[in-house]
Amino acid sequence: MDVAPSDEQRRLVESFTALFGDASPPSRVRAAEPLGFDPALWETVRSAGIVAMAVGEADGGWGAEPLDLALVAEVQGRFLAPVPIVEAQVAARLLARLRTPRAASALAAALAGERTVTMAVHPSREGVARLVPAGAVADDVLVMDGGRLLLVPSGGDHGQVENLGAMPLADLRLGPDAEVLADGPGAEAAYETALDEFLLLTAAAQVGIAARAVEIGVGYVKQRRAFGVPIGSFQSIGHALADSATAVDGARLLTYEAAWAHGTEPGRFAELAAMAFAFATETAREATYRSLHFHGGYGFTDEYDIQLYYRRARAWAAVCLEPRAAYRRAADHRYSAVRTAAPMEEQWTSA
Amino acid sequence: MDFGIGERGQALRAEVRAFLKEHLTDELAERCHRTGVAHDDAFVRAMHEAGLLALGWPEEWGGRPCDPLGLSVVEEELSKAEAPTYGVSTTHMVARAILRCGNDRQRAEIIPRAVRGEILIVLGFTEPECGSDLAAARTRAVRDGDEWVINGSKMFTTNAHIGDYVFLLARTGTTSKHEGLTVFLVPADQPGIEAQAVRTISGERTNITYYRDARVHDDWRIGDVGGGWRVLGEALQEEHSVGFGASMLRLLEAAEGWARTARGNSGRPRITDPDVRERLGRCAAEAEVSLLLQRRAAAMAGQGVVPVAEGPMAKLFSSEALTRAAEDLFDLLGPDALRGHLSPGAPEGGRVEHALRFSLGTTIYGGTSEIQRGIIARRGLGLPR
Repeated sequence: MDVAPSDEQRRLVESFTALFGDASPPSRVRAAEPLGFDPALWETVRSAGIVAMAVGEADGGWGAEPLDLALVAEVQGRFLAPVPIVEAQVAARLLARLRTPRAASALAAALAGERTVTMAVHPSREGVARLVPAGAVADDVLVMDGGRLLLVPSGGDHGQVENLGAMPLADLRLGPDAEVLADGPGAEAAYETALDEFLLLTAAAQVGIAARAVEIGVGYVKQRRAFGVPIGSFQSIGHALADSATAVDGARLLTYEAAWAHGTEPGRFAELAAMAFAFATETAREATYRSLHFHGGYGFTDEYDIQLYYRRARAWAAVCLEPRAAYRRAADHRYSAVRTAAPMEEQWTSA
Repeated sequence: MDFGIGERGQALRAEVRAFLKEHLTDELAERCHRTGVAHDDAFVRAMHEAGLLALGWPEEWGGRPCDPLGLSVVEEELSKAEAPTYGVSTTHMVARAILRCGNDRQRAEIIPRAVRGEILIVLGFTEPECGSDLAAARTRAVRDGDEWVINGSKMFTTNAHIGDYVFLLARTGTTSKHEGLTVFLVPADQPGIEAQAVRTISGERTNITYYRDARVHDDWRIGDVGGGWRVLGEALQEEHSVGFGASMLRLLEAAEGWARTARGNSGRPRITDPDVRERLGRCAAEAEVSLLLQRRAAAMAGQGVVPVAEGPMAKLFSSEALTRAAEDLFDLLGPDALRGHLSPGAPEGGRVEHALRFSLGTTIYGGTSEIQRGIIARRGLGLPR
């Protein structure tokens, strides 16, 4: 057991912390609302290799480990960087996993920065992929449609669904230009792994949100005075923040354990990724709620940054799964021998 | 980063499991359960013979090298099996404090016997009026020639009725709350000490102890007169990786065992029910988080870093999570959850019912959750007092 990042991982975190610190301060996050996308920042991180790092060298990438991707996602969460990093990384890894010529050419276009590719995290229904993450800004979307994995050009005409988290979500109608990339059990398995990875990296981003929310709250309650003392001296406040700080550390350890298991104990990866998503999401919800609440009335004004975190902690999770469904997903992997074979559509609880 | 316990950890775990399989017999477990005493001389002797008691002690004291992470793996296995090792843990905690704060004679007298499991040392810290505020101790020690005369009472001195020594925190001065304290190793077998049983709802027997002109030679003062608070701090600091993740695993396994065999109205095992899965999934996740927080604190200690806030985080989270899980899984089992260990047909031998009882103390002893939150808030987050 060694929970310290390697020197290389530390440098990775430092470089993205510097990049987002410069390019994604709260003013830029606000300016990117309501769409939730900053094209200039996306260009910057894409040229820095954010998509390439996610796929193996044989596929034209840099072959970073899931642990590295999780570290970057945590930094993204801290800064709420309005760019589809997790979406593009997981979609690229899914394309690489398919090993078909069409998938390879789509991946090449993504790596060359010609096209932004995302994936729908729920199978389509009645010809529509709903609430696709980054669907409003991507060029191509990977969609599971009745056992077939499709590559769907978005055509650029899918408007954003206005939403709580200022995410570039879109409902995407599957047109005649959708191409079948793969079908059958192989496609299902590849897509399931992509979902596990999406949950893992979202968990990491939630850790970043939660950690920053605690920092913002601690900073505020040290300065803010009421009844003649800093309000951080009240136990009702200090103890709640202590609980959140504890949960943040736990969520971070669980998330990095899941990322570590991806390569080292693959049999536990899916279970741990779902657990990490559920626990990190509950942690981020609680931390942002507490931190906002301890700001008093200022907490729910637009002017204070904590509301940006409060809204995204909920939205980034809700687009995937509610935590309770994620605990069920974890149990489905844990008890796979007695699996009920519930169809995936039922397990994923979104409309 | 590496989240494995390594080959050494795996080997230790296998060694402890094999030991428990042989020595933690059903008969012994049953006796511990009925008496409420988590100590057994024969079991401790067997631990010594198997080389388990020497783990982590310096070789010059007959020890067997083991880093804090390895020790936490061993502790997890013992705790998950509910092995009767509470007496060993208090004895070793005191022996480690003597290693740091005692004199040569005290070390020579106590440490070898503690490492061999030949003595049992119990803790006389808190008092009926103290709770977690240990420095409020009022039990008084007054100098009388080469000896000290002790009067007062101590609460929750588990194993006092069978212990050889009490590691006693006493007031020796009136200068200030923290500086007027001194620690002694008091022989338990003397007429001035009386232990009265106090029963807890988990079936454990602990004690309230009364000191009426009890005596201890000045040779058995640990540390300086007035230096008791520092000695106590050294003793408690050893408790880095205290936590209840392994107790959660024990509870989880019981609930899983029930869920695989109990059948619902549909005739299918309850483990196929999404509600059951959700509860088990949450318990499994929180057990994992508990163990990670505990092992992190142990790993820090292994690198020579004092886990000032991280130790309390492990204790706080794991005990609160165990309490929540016990409530939730007790509900899950329905009315049958009420059947206790002694009731034939109790689900999984009444383990869930027992966990509900046992969990309550964990958020209290060793510093309540409120104490832990206070440490995390002030020393971890830097919040003002």
